[in-house]
Amino acid sequence: MSLELELFIQQVFNGLTIGAYLGLIALGYTMVYGIIELINFAHGDLFAFGFFISLTIFTALGIPRPLEGFNLIVVLPLIFVVTMLLSGGLNVLIDRVAYKPLRNAPRLAPLITAVGMSFALEALFAIWQGPSQINYPRYFPQIDILRDWMGLEPQLLFITTKDLFLFGVTIPLMVGLTLFVDRTKLGKAMRAAAQDREAASMVGINVDRIIATTFFVGGALAGAAGLVWGLYINSGRFLMGFEAGLMAFTAAVLGGIGNIRGAVLGAFIIGLLKAMGDQYIGGAWSRIIIFAVLILLLVFRPSGILGSTQSIEKV
Amino acid sequence: MAALLEARGVSKSFGGLIAVDTLDFVLEEQAIASIIGPNGAGKTTFFNVVTGFYKPSTGNVLFDKHDIGGRKPNQLTRLGIGRTFQTIRLFNNMTVLENVLVGMHHRLHASFFGAVFQPPRVRREEEEATREAMGLLDYVGLKGHEWDFAKNLPYGLQRRLEIARALGTNPKLLLLDEPTAGMNPNETQDMTLFIRKLRDDRGLTILLIEHDMHVVMGISDTVTVLDYGKKIAEGTPGEIQRDERVIEAYLGRRALEMLKHDD
Repeated sequence: MSLELELFIQQVFNGLTIGAYLGLIALGYTMVYGIIELINFAHGDLFAFGFFISLTIFTALGIPRPLEGFNLIVVLPLIFVVTMLLSGGLNVLIDRVAYKPLRNAPRLAPLITAVGMSFALEALFAIWQGPSQINYPRYFPQIDILRDWMGLEPQLLFITTKDLFLFGVTIPLMVGLTLFVDRTKLGKAMRAAAQDREAASMVGINVDRIIATTFFVGGALAGAAGLVWGLYINSGRFLMGFEAGLMAFTAAVLGGIGNIRGAVLGAFIIGLLKAMGDQYIGGAWSRIIIFAVLILLLVFRPSGILGSTQSIEKV
Repeated sequence: MAALLEARGVSKSFGGLIAVDTLDFVLEEQAIASIIGPNGAGKTTFFNVVTGFYKPSTGNVLFDKHDIGGRKPNQLTRLGIGRTFQTIRLFNNMTVLENVLVGMHHRLHASFFGAVFQPPRVRREEEEATREAMGLLDYVGLKGHEWDFAKNLPYGLQRRLEIARALGTNPKLLLLDEPTAGMNPNETQDMTLFIRKLRDDRGLTILLIEHDMHVVMGISDTVTVLDYGKKIAEGTPGEIQRDERVIEAYLGRRALEMLKHDD
């Protein structure tokens, strides 16, 4: 295989890995928007929270690295569960404190509150973890799949067990969420509340509880993305949620805000744009490209690729 | 017959505007009652008070021996109040069947984890709900449309679906806000017969807001007339048609004088 081709394949692969964690974050944006029409700007910071809290748990438990045996099969999934519960819980708390009192206020009010909440969280993270780059130890075992497992001899292509782990976590979560919203009673109630809150309450749905559930699920997914990022990239800082959040937001708009499948599709497109931009144009330019996409979308096709819905749409 | 719904001195004001003004209202079990009145008379506001969207400013509302002032709509649905809206408010991006299943939602007991892992008991419950929903759709005349999206139904059937969705919540009292609005005379006639059938088959108590006087006079046991939030008349359809205050409210004083002149 030529070097050029290997490079291209590697960038496609990198794009998909970026898309995978962005997708988890974008889902929370799109679900919350679907149900209360709020762009929750603090949502990206839940991703940073997932990163920090899971790191705190790893450190507190004094787990040796790399993860092996019992730690890999039992403790790691448990840390996932705890991280997701805490991130989801924090998101519910944020809604209760900052957005719920403004539920019937003009839409600009909770939007501004969300921006403020984002700044507040970032400042808290800076106090908690310090303002500099933080090292997230290499807990997850990294084995070169192509060379060590398959005996291939590519010049450049590099795919490891960490990549498998990343897709092994993010894809089932995305599929699971889609099935949850499509198939279950609670998912139906979420879709109903997203389409018409008053009519939903008139058929016996406790809309307040559905909104809390939505914040919980969205926060849990963002927290999981933070943990995946930590184990995959092995570093982060208090502002990491800001940029990830903006990119995930762009992904959600690209796919059609309020549309669950759209958020995932948008995330993979943004991931590919970023990887290709980094490789072929230069890292500084890929952000410009991504946010130019956001601006062009908002001007020319605000409903996104799969169509914005005032609701969590079933396609 | 016992009273199923009773409003005592209910008022609802928005700032300086009194939309419903010290209204007393009693609805007997299995009766069909209509509320009529000019636009802005406070009819829909009264519905919103009864269904928990508005908290009454003063007075209280009793439903099935419960004081319901200040309870939320979803809690009232549980107690047995179902409702349709003046402008159809279906879950447009869901199938017809899903619309009704959502209406049955609060009667199923699955928890969050039950919903995710679907043990046999939950699945059985779902299957029963689906069967019951299909039965309801058949009953309201939507058989064969179960898998259509609600937004793709013709107007008349959307009204039927909204009623089926309300029936799915297993109500004792059904509030219908202008159920024949926008219908042609044939559809209106069908809907009128259907409303009576709902009462006769299912023992429902029905409260209507309606502008079509043929419908009102044709099916109501009692008619209540509101004007500027106040009750100006109440009685059987026959009594209401002869009531001077009603004629005045609807047609104006001059018309009343002209009618008198004719006599």
